[in-house]
Amino acid sequence: MIPLSWYLILSAALFSVGLFGVLARKNAIAILLGVELMLNAVNINLVAFWRYGDVSLMAGQVFAIIVFAVAAAEVAVGLALVISVYRRRNTVIADEIDLLKW
Amino acid sequence: MNFWNDPLKIAADWLTGILTGWGMPAVAAGILVAFLGTLLLISLLMVMDIFLVWLERKVVSRFQDRIGPNRVGPFGLIQPFADIIKLLIKEDTTPEGADRVVYNIAPMLSMMSVLILWAIVPLAPVILGVDLNVGLLYIIAAGAIGTLAIIMAGWSSNNKFATIGAFRQVAVMVSFEIPMVAMLLIPTIFAKTMGMNGIIQAQNIPYFILSPLGALIFLVAAIAELGRAPFDLSEGESELVSGFNIEYSGMKFGMFYAGELLHALTFGGFLAILFFGGYRFFGLEKVSPFLAIVIFLAKAMVGYWVIMWVRYTMMRIRIDHMLAFNWKFLTPLSFVLLMVTALMNALLAGTSVWVYSIGMFLSNVLIAWIALEIVRAYSRNEREKVEAPKVAAEAHH
Amino acid sequence: MTAQQIIFLIVAVVTLGSALMVVTSRNLVHSALWLVSTLFGVAIIYALLNAGFLAVVQVVVYIGAIAILFIFAVMLTRKEQLESGQRLNSGWWLGAIIAVLTFGGLFGMLQSWSGFSKVSTDLPVGFDAVGQLGNALTTPTGFVLPFEVASVLLLAALVGAVYLAFNRK
Repeated sequence: MIPLSWYLILSAALFSVGLFGVLARKNAIAILLGVELMLNAVNINLVAFWRYGDVSLMAGQVFAIIVFAVAAAEVAVGLALVISVYRRRNTVIADEIDLLKW
Repeated sequence: MNFWNDPLKIAADWLTGILTGWGMPAVAAGILVAFLGTLLLISLLMVMDIFLVWLERKVVSRFQDRIGPNRVGPFGLIQPFADIIKLLIKEDTTPEGADRVVYNIAPMLSMMSVLILWAIVPLAPVILGVDLNVGLLYIIAAGAIGTLAIIMAGWSSNNKFATIGAFRQVAVMVSFEIPMVAMLLIPTIFAKTMGMNGIIQAQNIPYFILSPLGALIFLVAAIAELGRAPFDLSEGESELVSGFNIEYSGMKFGMFYAGELLHALTFGGFLAILFFGGYRFFGLEKVSPFLAIVIFLAKAMVGYWVIMWVRYTMMRIRIDHMLAFNWKFLTPLSFVLLMVTALMNALLAGTSVWVYSIGMFLSNVLIAWIALEIVRAYSRNEREKVEAPKVAAEAHH
Repeated sequence: MTAQQIIFLIVAVVTLGSALMVVTSRNLVHSALWLVSTLFGVAIIYALLNAGFLAVVQVVVYIGAIAILFIFAVMLTRKEQLESGQRLNSGWWLGAIIAVLTFGGLFGMLQSWSGFSKVSTDLPVGFDAVGQLGNALTTPTGFVLPFEVASVLLLAALVGAVYLAFNRK
């Protein structure tokens, strides 16, 4: 049987890879890809704890479904922002979108 | 329990017995038998796919008042083999500047997304791949993979026509998934389960009587999902030089083409399962599973014939009209139908079968009539707006 | 090594490998396609955890909508010539250190927890996860309020995204 630790380690590793993607990539869309990886890692965690805890408590799965909805909403608005910025500044590199800096 | 009542289990047990007798561990024998079963199903599907090529060409020729292929073999039955041999001996090109790996994977993914649908199709009460309890959502998931394959094909061809065709096709497919999901929920409300076998077993009255508008909207959304006319703007020769298919030749194009035909048969099958009773036919399916398979395939062929009929009768719709039709007409209509069905199901829950059926049927007819009245009023307004200025212009002279 | 453990190991390696390719791939469309592979691996993990409904919803929502949205956005914001520039920014080594430290911290913290190596109990016979989930999402003593708020959130996101991306000519 699969011990809980395997799922938690997978989730922690996926989260770290996503964190590296957010911190180290230049392209704004690639940063959003990293955020997606982090959200998926969190979801694996939630569902693993649901399964290995009390199966009749549906809070784990419900939380995971709400995270699905929030991730979809965030990706939609984030990509709309990126496309809008691309239309004005003709760039999607995060470092070049710096008009507000002093 | 003999072979004629439960063929799959008898065959699987016999094979597993032989394999464990040879010394294989039981787990590995089970996996091998399951793998062989999957291989058998896929082989039978691909052979039926070849037959579908012949069927499609004969049917289109009859609709167009000609005879169709009749030179190669009796009634042209060997024609698909000639087609396949031609596709196989063509040169396997990859356009320059194309993304090789993505370009080559796309046709495989497209065919795969059709074949995995058959894992949940119940051919008989005891012959089905997996009795998934979320079977209806599985259909949408497989459609999502097909959508991905089309984007991969269009983008990796390094060709502007292909990219535009793929974008349009994917926009249509993603848009029409919404009325399709709403219509898939209607058999769920009636049968109280999302599993395919459960839905068929619960259809004492076929669901196209309880919800004819639901069957119709499902058919329209399915034809749009398939990418067939009248929704095939991405593939129209006169519009986009065959869209995302442009750079594909030889067997890769064969994969797309044969995949599209098999996909159409699969959705004919789903129409039969969800709204027409699947393998049921006044109790005949209990005689033998093989008879149930024949009944199911006959119903799927009728559904496929309806899809072909629509294809060869209607003209292509422009892309903005297609999307407007979905977002302004089909989606609100399907949501209203879903809500009214759920409401009527709750109101008529304890009543007899006759009251339930007639109530559902009348509510469907009422919604369809109201929707058509709204569309008529809207088009009357549009016509008056278009025809009015001419009168004013003439009055000036 | 039971069959389930072998399957889990294969799927975990594929998922993590695809995730690494997502964050290090030179071509952004390839990154989006590697993300599809990662999401598929996560769906298989859900199926291993007996959450079949979540697995199918993962494929439908993430692969069928979010990944396609990413591919569209990447294709719409491409500058034709500058395909392969520097893909990691100047402080990437600091990001790598932080990621490794995060993983180490999480691993260390979890290892000291008593329930870390818990083995799963079998599901009760006749357990209908889908039915119970539907029940939880629609009963007032369950989670109907977060459900409704989530739908309002999606409506707000829909209106916001359309407004932001609307091309006013």
